[in-house]
Amino acid sequence: MRKLLFQSLFRPPFTEQAPAPDDAAVNELASAVGNAARRRLGRSLSIREVDAGSCNGCELEIHALNNAYYDVERFGIRFVASPRHADVLMVTGPVTKNMREALERTYHAVPNPKWVVAIGDCARDGGCFAGSYAVVGGVSAVVPVDLHIPGCPPTPTAMLQGLLALLERVDAGAVAP
Amino acid sequence: MPSLIDLMLEGRKVPQHSPWPRAMVDADLWKFAAGELARGRWSLLDQWAEPASVHMAIMDGLTAEIATVSLDCPDHNYPSVGLHHPPALRLERAINDLFGLTAEGLPDARPWLDHDCWGVGFPLGNRVYGLSKTSPYRFLPAEGDGLHQIAVGPVHAGIIEPGHFRFTASGETVVRLEQRLGYTHKGIEGLMMGADLERAAALAGRVSGDSTAAYAYAFSKAVEAALQLAVPDRAVWLRALVAELERLANHLGDIGAICNDASFTLMHAHCSVLRESVLRASHRAFGHRLLRDVIVPGGVSHDLDDEGTKIIRAMLGNIRLRFPALIELYDNTASLQDRTVDTGVLTPALAKQYAAGGYIGRASGRSFDARRTLAYPPYDSLRFEVPVLNEGDVNARVWIRVREVEQSLSLIDQILDRLLQGPLRAKVERLREPREGMAIVEGFRGDVLVWLRVQDGRIERCRLRDPSWFQWPLLEAVIENNIVADFPLCNKSFNCSYSGQDL
Repeated sequence: MRKLLFQSLFRPPFTEQAPAPDDAAVNELASAVGNAARRRLGRSLSIREVDAGSCNGCELEIHALNNAYYDVERFGIRFVASPRHADVLMVTGPVTKNMREALERTYHAVPNPKWVVAIGDCARDGGCFAGSYAVVGGVSAVVPVDLHIPGCPPTPTAMLQGLLALLERVDAGAVAP
Repeated sequence: MPSLIDLMLEGRKVPQHSPWPRAMVDADLWKFAAGELARGRWSLLDQWAEPASVHMAIMDGLTAEIATVSLDCPDHNYPSVGLHHPPALRLERAINDLFGLTAEGLPDARPWLDHDCWGVGFPLGNRVYGLSKTSPYRFLPAEGDGLHQIAVGPVHAGIIEPGHFRFTASGETVVRLEQRLGYTHKGIEGLMMGADLERAAALAGRVSGDSTAAYAYAFSKAVEAALQLAVPDRAVWLRALVAELERLANHLGDIGAICNDASFTLMHAHCSVLRESVLRASHRAFGHRLLRDVIVPGGVSHDLDDEGTKIIRAMLGNIRLRFPALIELYDNTASLQDRTVDTGVLTPALAKQYAAGGYIGRASGRSFDARRTLAYPPYDSLRFEVPVLNEGDVNARVWIRVREVEQSLSLIDQILDRLLQGPLRAKVERLREPREGMAIVEGFRGDVLVWLRVQDGRIERCRLRDPSWFQWPLLEAVIENNIVADFPLCNKSFNCSYSGQDL
């Protein structure tokens, strides 16, 4: 173990440059988000992730956000274990009817101010599962959503761009249009 | 003693079913087959239904012969297999939830996938659903002094799929674990009915994200079996390459994640870097980090160019350079070994009874690997070993993955060496008569089974069976007498699919 740790001192880090925040995301947030109180949160975001029936593909790429290449924690973005500790609820999946209540309860357990980020194509409107007897059809059909990050699944870079846009809006204390 | 072939001869053979036979049987033959499963002579590969019939796919453990028996259910019931053979219990509960077919004698009649949230009963069946009051889900009791219950989920503390775990504990020790799944049920088999092949293939690849390539592979092979379609050579080899890349990425991620669940984050950090290198190579070579939509009926949708080949070889070289030091670290960290050795032991007897596949079965003495036992091309021309251990603990499941990483590295090299030029995809014809096909492909967590009936380019019925159906119940067995804190370790060493099981 000591050898591995020692070696890391002499090798360049894997961590890559932060991507520019996504334009589409910034625009969506500009219209959805507007509250001067958010400036008080400072430059960090705590995220609670909820899988509302996804295929698990989005979860794999969300995990990748925490690896050495993307290193989302360097931006002050971290994943927390309880909705009580969260600023952001990150939701994947079309919202299966079996997960509807759990998602609602988790949303209500997140203290204000809070934002909801819907990850993936099926989180937007049910995606390829839309129309099934078992699916509600998009996170916004269950809880209000501030930001959608599309993809099947979205790449970690795409998610990072969306999250950085969210961070900018929060930090800038966006005013409602 | 009758063989599987004898059983088939007794029934009425269904034409246009490929590659293994399917036969209609009567209730007596059905019960006889259930008995042979219970006696351990045969393994249950799957049990599924249609609105008016129920099917069982069976494998002879000794000869590896495979066959499907079907029973008509004009009265919406059939003799329960789960009554004699526990691996069928959840399958029969799910069949009732979706099709309204009752397994007579089923000891556990509680719903499995139906949480009373759909607004419709028996959604895929043809039975008229009478509105009835449903009582809350009853968890199984455990009696004793000083027992307490711990309820976990469906929302879990990490970035992970949802499911409910009800622990009964005595102090720190787990007395009973009961799972309740179904939270991610999306009704995929319902969406498949009537879908054209392109949509159906896309759905198949979205059943379980970490096995998207394995599912697409199994679905495509089932279509090709049904239509008697020959896949071009280059595509046959590229498909195996894609499947091995998926296996590699998952195993590397899991080895680190298991260590992470024992709080050894250094392994997780380094393994995540190696996993990321596989995903990037996959993206560069085939256009998608998780290899989604690359394997399609008829062949593959994306070619491998020289640049992609170079990047894959560089990725293999890097893993060969970095991986041994990580394994040495795993093996030499006493505090980590203390957590993983002798924890979550799965007995070989249970693995055999449930026909548990993947690293779970192979860490408990069950040597079945579809790539070897069923030898589908190109694996019949490739050199590889199937590692098997008998200890069945978390440590054994880590070591099987380590060995399979080594095998996958070698397999990818061999495939790149022998890849020939040629077309990527055969044209998929629309045939007027109904055709049935079945395929079994070794995904990273075990064998994925797909059965389907296709007519005129549309899916009439498609069954997608995740290996986790025969792994989830075993997790309840292995956690017994372990401490609660070891549950994440056992759970991650199993790494069953929620979405794959729930469908």
